[in-house]
Amino acid sequence: METFVSSLAQIGALIRKELLALLKEPSSRALMFCPALIQSLLFGYGATYDLVHAPYAVLDLSGGRAATELLARVDGTGVFVRTATLASPTRISDVIDDYDALMVLSIPSDFQDRLDAGQRAPLQVILDGRNSSTAGLAAGYVGTIVAEFNASLGGGVSGVRVERRAWFNPNLESRWNIMPALIGALSMLQTLMIAALSVAREREQGTFDQLLVTPLTPMQILIGKAVPAILIGLMQSTIILVIIRFWFRIPMNGSLGVLYLGLLTFTVASVGVGLSISALSLTMQEAMLYSFLLIMPLMLLSGLLTPVRNMPEVLRIATWANPLRFCTSIVRRVYLEGAGLSDVAIDFIPLLIMGAITLPLAAWLFRNRLS
Amino acid sequence: MSESVPIVVAEGITKTFDAPGGGRLTAVDDVSLSVRAGELTALVGPDGAGKTTLLRMMAGLLKPDTGRLYVLGVDLAKEAQSVQDRIGYMPQRFGLYDDLSVRENLDLYADLHGVPEDARRTRFARLLEMTELARFVDRSAGKLSGGMKQKLGLACTLVRLPDLLLLDEPSVGVDPLSRRELWKIVRQLVDAETLSVIVSTAYMDEAERCAQVFVMNEGKMLAEGVPKAMAEAARGLTFVAQPPPGATARELQARLIDADALIVDAVPSGGAVRFIRQPEADERAVDALLDGIRRQARPEELEDAFMMLLRRHRGDDGAAPPRVALRTPAGGVGEQAVIVVRDLVRKFGDFTAVAGASFEVARGEVFGLLGPNGAGKTTTFRMLCGLLPATSGHLEVAGLNLRTARARARGKIGYVAQKFALYGNLTVRENLEFFGGAYGLRGKVLRERVSAAIEAFGLEAAAVSGILPLGYKQRLAMAAGLLHEPEILFLDEPTSGIDPLARRAFWRTITALAASGVTIVVTTHFMEEAEYCDRIAILDAGRMLALGTPREVKERAGDADGDMNGAFIAIVEHGRVRSGNVLEAAA
Amino acid sequence: MSAFPSSQRAPGFVRRFVALLRKETRQLLRDKSNLAVGLLLPVALILLFGYGLSFDVKNAPIAVVMEDRSPAAREVVEGLRGTEYLAPVFASDMAEAERLMRAHEVDGIVRVPTDFSRRLNTGDARIQLLLNGVDSTSATVIEAYVTGAVGIWAQHRADRAGNKASVGGSVEVMQRVWFNEAGESRWYLVPGLVVLVLTLIGAFLSSMLIAREWERGTLESLFVTPVRPLEIVLSKLVPYLVIGGIDLAMCLVAARFLFRVPIQGSLAVIVTASMLYLTVSLLLGLFISAVTRNQFDASQLAMLASYMPATMLSGFVFDLRNVPAVIRVVAQALPATHFMGLVKTLFLAGNNWPMILRDCGILALYALALVFATRARLQKTLE
Repeated sequence: METFVSSLAQIGALIRKELLALLKEPSSRALMFCPALIQSLLFGYGATYDLVHAPYAVLDLSGGRAATELLARVDGTGVFVRTATLASPTRISDVIDDYDALMVLSIPSDFQDRLDAGQRAPLQVILDGRNSSTAGLAAGYVGTIVAEFNASLGGGVSGVRVERRAWFNPNLESRWNIMPALIGALSMLQTLMIAALSVAREREQGTFDQLLVTPLTPMQILIGKAVPAILIGLMQSTIILVIIRFWFRIPMNGSLGVLYLGLLTFTVASVGVGLSISALSLTMQEAMLYSFLLIMPLMLLSGLLTPVRNMPEVLRIATWANPLRFCTSIVRRVYLEGAGLSDVAIDFIPLLIMGAITLPLAAWLFRNRLS
Repeated sequence: MSESVPIVVAEGITKTFDAPGGGRLTAVDDVSLSVRAGELTALVGPDGAGKTTLLRMMAGLLKPDTGRLYVLGVDLAKEAQSVQDRIGYMPQRFGLYDDLSVRENLDLYADLHGVPEDARRTRFARLLEMTELARFVDRSAGKLSGGMKQKLGLACTLVRLPDLLLLDEPSVGVDPLSRRELWKIVRQLVDAETLSVIVSTAYMDEAERCAQVFVMNEGKMLAEGVPKAMAEAARGLTFVAQPPPGATARELQARLIDADALIVDAVPSGGAVRFIRQPEADERAVDALLDGIRRQARPEELEDAFMMLLRRHRGDDGAAPPRVALRTPAGGVGEQAVIVVRDLVRKFGDFTAVAGASFEVARGEVFGLLGPNGAGKTTTFRMLCGLLPATSGHLEVAGLNLRTARARARGKIGYVAQKFALYGNLTVRENLEFFGGAYGLRGKVLRERVSAAIEAFGLEAAAVSGILPLGYKQRLAMAAGLLHEPEILFLDEPTSGIDPLARRAFWRTITALAASGVTIVVTTHFMEEAEYCDRIAILDAGRMLALGTPREVKERAGDADGDMNGAFIAIVEHGRVRSGNVLEAAA
Repeated sequence: MSAFPSSQRAPGFVRRFVALLRKETRQLLRDKSNLAVGLLLPVALILLFGYGLSFDVKNAPIAVVMEDRSPAAREVVEGLRGTEYLAPVFASDMAEAERLMRAHEVDGIVRVPTDFSRRLNTGDARIQLLLNGVDSTSATVIEAYVTGAVGIWAQHRADRAGNKASVGGSVEVMQRVWFNEAGESRWYLVPGLVVLVLTLIGAFLSSMLIAREWERGTLESLFVTPVRPLEIVLSKLVPYLVIGGIDLAMCLVAARFLFRVPIQGSLAVIVTASMLYLTVSLLLGLFISAVTRNQFDASQLAMLASYMPATMLSGFVFDLRNVPAVIRVVAQALPATHFMGLVKTLFLAGNNWPMILRDCGILALYALALVFATRARLQKTLE
């Protein structure tokens, strides 16, 4: 018992020293916490697939009542904002090419006549396909508006209505999807690097030997290096979480306990990866570049930007080695879907395995890379 | 080039920096000087004297806040670049590109200075011959030993003959052999090509060889002159005394240096003690202090005058040795061996760094490990501390076999690494608390030990350790290594780069520790410091060349009364001649 | 001054520059970790972007609950099968369907209620669509497909029933998606990749170059030579321009031959603009490096100031036309945003000279400003 307490106290001294070294200077403190704050605010507003005030232009050659009414419906959704009214078809390419309009609605001169005659009147929709996702969304909105317009015209052509109800995100806002996933991604960016640099820095500054001649065992050093990085990771996660919950007011359905358990498991796994890099690198530069080499693919294969399901088989298998993928899944499901521990238990398994491999690996590397 | 025109003229230059924690720190304070061309000029002074700042200003890397500075007749404030085109400057740590080879480093500087191809061939051949680097031209600079790096740095500044050469402590961390070679090169250039050189140094024997010496302290210029004339300040005050039978020179030296009202300075030398009497001290009081020991007058040297100058200006501040009152480890002084090394071998691949070293160190002994750069000292040291496993041989520290009980053995040793290896951005107290904690101290015991150490070593608890003067960094490192009251203290080049005053204080502490039963193992490049040791071992190319008391070792070298420096060089050279191709291995 | 005639003439700019260039190139070639990030990471990213990232919803699993088993109901559901976008599976009841959705085995539930065919006759039939809104993008797409499929079925049904319902005309959407008719997300992700790779090589690698020399003390020696600060900056730029050029070539080859993304604009313009952007991003890295003088801070700053915004705020995947004005202003301040818009246009739309001139002009201004800012920060002084 006494030796156990003593061993803990030794680790405690190391943790305290690591935290002091990381957070002592105001500038380094700022570097630990400001990026999480600023990025979550910027990306919270900037990272959205939703169309809001999407600019569009009109080429109305008919000038009739029906056209005016249709356009009023388009303007009325709040999704589109008319930025230009074109006089001739030659102007279409100008507004599209220069990113001035996402979409051009071109209404032919016989639009009103055909409608009056009970015929089909074509409405030409020209979309900027340079971002096919937004183009697809805009097309969807126009389709819905036109369907409603048609219904008002002829009294229910179809007679069938699709009633949509969305679970967990009633208005299908993409921010609700992206922001929770950023908790893991943004904190990993820095915690992995802090861990990766922790040993490399001591090695470069010559303090590692001094540390090794103390009675601290490699396991104690490992824990002492891991805990501060984990704490900082969780602090950053908390900052982002607070912004999501209280600034962007995205409602949280799950339990905070399960969420933090997930974040903790994830942070342990990614710190394990970082410390393994650290033990392998001889200089800080190597540690930084190798962790960067890893971070990029981890982010892309995490499901943060595009769904994992859309990836080809090989890459989907590769994501099993990606802690961020499971963190993203856990956070989204717990935060938005209110999933309980039993629902997401399966996502914990790979994270626990990763932690169980990387941390002992790092400890082994500490010991065996000394000579 | 006219002799009468000074090559560097400073008129009342002052340089201040932002002190950490607010305020300004005056590094160079209203300094005026005039350096003659075609001569070797020394700049001496303790840590923080402002030597480096002054040299950097001469190189145009810092701008004086006030005053004017002319180098080569050019006003630096106006045309720094034209001066930089023409001078050579070697900073304390020359910026070699570790990933480039020796030749590529030389080529880079030759290209930058526009040395034409044909001139380059002869120049390089000569530089490589002088620096003895010819066989290593294709080796990357990062893989050279400390001394070789320093020589390569000098060669890089000499790819073309500069109009003025500035050297900032070129011999710090360099072994006596390399140091001698380095000076030989400089000497040759000054004599043969009337090169003007300004060198800052902590070695008084180096300053003594210069035509002109400037002494600085705390940013101020204290004195200037020809070494011989300056030494005269100590005339009639310098003596040497033999310790009484049964006592060591170290103990007598400690007694003398503690009596700072009567004695300016005392150092052990060849079994005796050299000291300087305070000018105003009463002769009878000094004799009373010596307690019947006979003293003999000896010729004064530059170092004596320098020590007097420093003592007068520093007062007790930097000079007072820390009063270490640490608990004596169990056992006390005795004959019992606490370190046993037998047939120790360490190989790196097919390179043998240590080839069968054997020695024992008794409790309370001060044991010195000497050798040129790359001799295997550091490797031996790292094995003793458990940082590196031995390839073969027996290694026992504090009664524990390092193969089987490495962690337990580590709890019984203290280690002070080469260079300052504590956490630079933490305060003194934070560093001590961390190391105490790492050694398993906690709560009240930890707090008390830390406070005691801060008190004993005269440290400032809240000071940020990274910006302490070198001497204080070294004290802090010692304090950290002693917190857990180790039985054995390992010190790797503890005095490298620190000034004479701080070195005296350091050795006073070592003497006290050894008296209280702590075993000390130390490496050093200052050969006169070997005189403090009870026994020394000289290593070269992984082999032990000599082992014994300083006197015995000097006898082996053939001159029992000569200085340690000469003995060291003789033994190493003799050893190399015998083994022929050892140089290869030394690098 | 005449008392000390200079014993030699300082070499000219070209010699010094060549010497520095040789040094930088050697250092680059001997540094494995640098080369790995410079050349391997782009290959990995190219493959990941080309194959791994896709917004295109295909075979999205949806559960179908048939509470009404009338022929009409079956026809509607049959309509959902006809597309490659949806992969319907049948669930016996709502409870099972909801269980499937909670377990993420399906992304949506289509429920045909018991009163479907009865109400169809009165013209107000309903089909319920339940979606998992967490992946809002996929959910929106699924909604569009389901609505579309149901709409087509209804149209057919109306046509079959004769024109008795269509008292008035109807508007028919004729959709044209310019530049990317098939709406493949790869077509815009791959040009964006060019931006990301060049940002990465530029800012991240170069951010360590000057800081490393500060940390290792090599600048102090280098300063006291005839070298000028600007030469140091430029010599660090060139080897990385070459690395970036190789990466650019790999991106273009992969885009054209591996991913078959059309390149409408002229290759020369694409290469010129890319090299200009690469220069800007290298200079940004060098500037950060000169300011921080510390490798760790520099790399962190480079990542935060250049790479992350280039991914998230440059209009790469998130359309800048959708973001609040403040964010748009921030985005417009990024060189990456201008290059992103330009490169997508050059790939998919073709040469648009006013845009080419404007954006290249902006990038050139950035480059100039950064050269001078870096030089100003890299004075020959240790203060």
